[in-house]
Amino acid sequence: MNKELGSIGSSIQTTQYIAIAVSIGLFLYIFHLVRKKKIKEEYSLLWLFSSIVFIVFSVWRHGLEYFAKLVGIAYPPAALFLILMLAIFLILIEFSINISKLSEKNKILAQELALLRNKVEALEAGKPADNPVRRDDLENIEPVSGPVK
Amino acid sequence: MKKILIIVPAYNESDNIRGVILKLHEENENWDVLVINDSSTDNTSAIARQTSLAEVIDLPFNLGIGGCVQTGFRYARAKGYDYALQFDGDGQHSASEIHKLLEIIMNNEADVAIGSRFRQKNEGFRSSSSRRMGIRIFEWFSFILIQQRITDHTSGFRAYNSQAVQFLADHYPSDYPEPEVVILLGRNGFKIKEIFTQMHERKGGVSSIPLTKGPYYMIKVLLSMFMSAIRSKVHYHE
Repeated sequence: MNKELGSIGSSIQTTQYIAIAVSIGLFLYIFHLVRKKKIKEEYSLLWLFSSIVFIVFSVWRHGLEYFAKLVGIAYPPAALFLILMLAIFLILIEFSINISKLSEKNKILAQELALLRNKVEALEAGKPADNPVRRDDLENIEPVSGPVK
Repeated sequence: MKKILIIVPAYNESDNIRGVILKLHEENENWDVLVINDSSTDNTSAIARQTSLAEVIDLPFNLGIGGCVQTGFRYARAKGYDYALQFDGDGQHSASEIHKLLEIIMNNEADVAIGSRFRQKNEGFRSSSSRRMGIRIFEWFSFILIQQRITDHTSGFRAYNSQAVQFLADHYPSDYPEPEVVILLGRNGFKIKEIFTQMHERKGGVSSIPLTKGPYYMIKVLLSMFMSAIRSKVHYHE
């Protein structure tokens, strides 16, 4: 009986060690990516924040147990996974927001590009000939007094 | 004289585009025809340019019918057109019926006129029963949302006055936007009127707004319609 409990206890401990190692590794990796400018600071905030939360809970077992009891989870490490999943959810929602924004901007860019190309084509196709510079236009040009820059 | 622009969205319509442009020009040579080539993989653009009866805009990549038509509205706004029409590039609509739609908006009966297949018994177009059911659901749904009875939400045959053009140049939804546009316009105080128009079977190419896309399309569109209805009014400057 005791032996069985002991093995469960040691497996909980193993889980905790793994959790600590993984969460610290994750934090360092994100930190490294931001430092290398592979992720912009504004997008890294949620990642850094959630990996810190993850570290805190994987180190501070009582906090995790307290939280687990609060939400009625019998096995505290499961609470850790719950927190992790919530964090991932948040981050993915943030991604969807950014993708939506980007695709809207992308669409507008494509439209403006197409309209500009149409304008350029019209100009190149000799539209200037429709509005040639008239002689009286030239006569009205003010003489330049200072040096031309 | 009022400036009128016919916006023709076209994706892989090399079989139809020439005929459509010629018909439009035949109908009224004072109309400006604008073909928006949604990055076709065939020579739609070249064929349209060959006629030299239409202005052609090539999108750099495929935007779908929504982004394609919106490009036309942006063009119409920049060039100060009084009225803009959406006329599909696949030859489904009759150029001879354009005046029906134009009359409605020129007489200020509405801001938007939609050519509907279902306003009266029609000989030109037959739909499958599942398609008909989808259409019924749209009709019922939009009546609840904006209290205007629209029978043909997916019709791509529409006329807009300049206020509607100004508005849609900035707020046209993407993907398969026709039903959503109806709600968006209704929600923002635009008056919509339908009139019966013929619809011919497609002569070639692939339709870009199929109701036959099935339940996924249906649910997606109903969601967009609902969201458009519960969003607050867009503040825009005329």
